[in-house]
Amino acid sequence: MTKLMEWLFGISVVLAAWVLVAFDPLDLSVPHTYREVAWPMPLYLLVSFGCYSLATVGYRVATFNDCQEAARELQGQIKAAKEDLRSKGLKMCN
Amino acid sequence: MSARKTSRSKPNNGDKYSVLLPTYNERENLPLIVWLLVKYFDESGYKYEIIVIDDGSPDGTLKVAEQLQKIYGEDKILLRPRASKLGLGTAYIHGMKHASGNFIFIMDADLSHHTHHVFPLLRKQKEGDYDLVSGTRYRGNGGVYGWDLRRKLISRGANFLTQVLLRPGASDLTGSFRLYKKKVLECLVERCVSKGYVFQMEMIVRARQLNYTVGEVPITFVDRVYGESKLGGNEIVSFVKGLLMLFVTT
Ligand SMILES: Nc1nc2c(ncn2[C@@H]2O[C@H](COP(=O)(O)OP(=O)(O)OP(=O)(O)O)[C@@H](O)[C@H]2O)c(=O)[nH]1
Ligand SMILES: [Mg+2]
Repeated sequence: MTKLMEWLFGISVVLAAWVLVAFDPLDLSVPHTYREVAWPMPLYLLVSFGCYSLATVGYRVATFNDCQEAARELQGQIKAAKEDLRSKGLKMCN
Repeated sequence: MSARKTSRSKPNNGDKYSVLLPTYNERENLPLIVWLLVKYFDESGYKYEIIVIDDGSPDGTLKVAEQLQKIYGEDKILLRPRASKLGLGTAYIHGMKHASGNFIFIMDADLSHHTHHVFPLLRKQKEGDYDLVSGTRYRGNGGVYGWDLRRKLISRGANFLTQVLLRPGASDLTGSFRLYKKKVLECLVERCVSKGYVFQMEMIVRARQLNYTVGEVPITFVDRVYGESKLGGNEIVSFVKGLLMLFVTT
C-alpha cells in the first residue's frame, strides 16, 4: 500500500465516522448533542493540526543546534591539513 | 580538537570501508577531506580506501586528486573520474562499482560533513548490525553551522512535511552522510530513480520499504567554507516534486 493510499484510507474512515455521527444517515438515533458536537469536528481537527504543525516547526527552528564548536574545530584542522600537505609537496593551485 | 577518543585496539576483522567522494569543483576541499580521512582511518586501524568520482571539474579537481594519489598511494586513493557532470546519483553508482570494501561511506567532499563522525557511524553499525546508518542533523546534539533563520525554517519545514506524509522512520532524509553495507547499497541504488536531494530521501525511504534496518547518529553540518554550492534555486521545487513522487509510489 502506498503512502497515498494509506492517507486516502485513513481520511475516508474518519469521514465516514463523521458522516455517521453528524448526519445520522442510517437512523441510528444518535443523540442530538452528539450530532451538534460532531458537526464542526473536521474543522477543529484541521485547525488544531495546523497549530500543532506551526508550533512544532517553530520550536524545532528555535532549538536547531548551532555548532560553533564544530566549525572552530574544522578551522583548526584545515590549518593543520594545509601545513602538512604543503610539506608533502602538494600544490593546491596549479 | 577535542573529544576524540580513539580506541587503540586494532580492529582485526576483515571489514573494509570504501569512502565515496563525489566532487565537482572541490579543488580546495578535496585535499583537506582526504587528509582528514587518511588521518582518522590510519589512527583507527580499519582497512579503507577513498574513491574520488570527479565529473570533469573545470577547476582542476582531478589534478589535485592525482597529486593526492601520489602522496597516499594508489591503494588508498582511487580515481574514477567521468568526462562530464552527470549528477550525484550516478556518481555514487559509478563509484560503488569500483569499491572493494564490504561497507560504503557516502559523504560530501565539501567539508560540511565532519570526518570525526565517521567512527560514531561505524560503531553504530557494529552495535546493531544495521544495514544502513544515517547521520542526522535533527536529533540529539546534531546540528548545523552557518545557516540563517530562513534556511533553518525551510529545512525544518520540509522535514516536518516529509515526516507527516511519508512517516519514514528516520529523522534526516536529505542528509548525505551515510554508511551502507555494500550489498544493501547495490540493491537500493538499482531501485532509486531520482536525483539530487531527493535521491538521498528516496534511498532511505526505499530502505524502510525493503525492511532494511536503519540506525541514526547525530552529526554536525558546517556550511562549506570553500567553493560554491551546486544546488540551484529550484531546489525547493524539485524537493516537492520528489516528495510527491515518493508519496504516490512508495
Ligand atoms: N561527481 C559529482 N559530484 C557532484 C555533483 N554535484 C555535486 N557534487 C558533489 O556532491 C557533494 C554535495 O554537493 P553540494 O554542492 O555541496 O551540495 P549541498 O551539500 O547540498 O549544498 P552546499 O553544501 O550548500 O553547497 C559535493 O562534494 C559536490 O562536489 C555532480 O554532478 N557530480
Ligand atoms: Mg555541501
